[in-house]
Amino acid sequence: MTKMIEMKIPAEARFLKIIRIGVGYTCELIGFSSEDQNNITLAVDEACSNIVKYAYDQSPSDIIHMTCRLYNDRIEFTLRDFGKKVNESTIKSRSLDDIRPGGLGVHLIKSVMDEVFYDTNVKIGNKLKLVKYLTHKGNTC
Amino acid sequence: MLKVDVNKQDDIAIITVEGDIDLYSSPQVRKEIIKLTNDETKGIIVNLAGVTYMDSSGVATLVEGLQLVNDYKGKLFMCHVQGVVHDVFELSRLDKVFSIFPKEADAVKAYHEAN
Repeated sequence: MTKMIEMKIPAEARFLKIIRIGVGYTCELIGFSSEDQNNITLAVDEACSNIVKYAYDQSPSDIIHMTCRLYNDRIEFTLRDFGKKVNESTIKSRSLDDIRPGGLGVHLIKSVMDEVFYDTNVKIGNKLKLVKYLTHKGNTC
Repeated sequence: MLKVDVNKQDDIAIITVEGDIDLYSSPQVRKEIIKLTNDETKGIIVNLAGVTYMDSSGVATLVEGLQLVNDYKGKLFMCHVQGVVHDVFELSRLDKVFSIFPKEADAVKAYHEAN
């Protein structure tokens, strides 16, 4: 049976640690290795940071809604915001040979998670689904 | 909460960071690095022994610092890059870009040998 955890936090950088603690502990509970726990936490944190920075332009009155579904073989996160729509063509990792500050977040998310899916059908804001399998099933990004 | 201490002696500054470096706290680290690079501090050593988490904004802050230091031919070294911090450097493939030393004394020695 699928179990679900939901968190709603103000879309402010200072609250992102709450998400990190929740994600790390949930990953531990369902049996991810310590390295996977840290990496998944990083990926979800990076996605939330992008919401704060780009979807909401650091406006503190908005929320991030995270839904986490636990399956026998995987964990799925859905991150929902109600800010500016993200242009899908801009959601790509930059070349790591291009050494400069910034632009690493999407690379980190895609490196860590097995599936990264932007649902462009939502009318308002953005919806991002991140999936990590307990046993690696190959990168389907 | 993040704690950032700067200990400057002659032409070398040690930045000791404790806590999580994330979107919220990385501007604190950036502020100290910018202050030192504005003064063209020749050697900057960032001691990450007490860092419990680092995201891409933390990595970006260090990359920016490295570029600013390179502009005036200074040195930016790091030490005690371990655990989750090491992992994020590796994922970013920046572990080869930075000069990383196991201990602070190793970084200080390397700076003096290079000058």
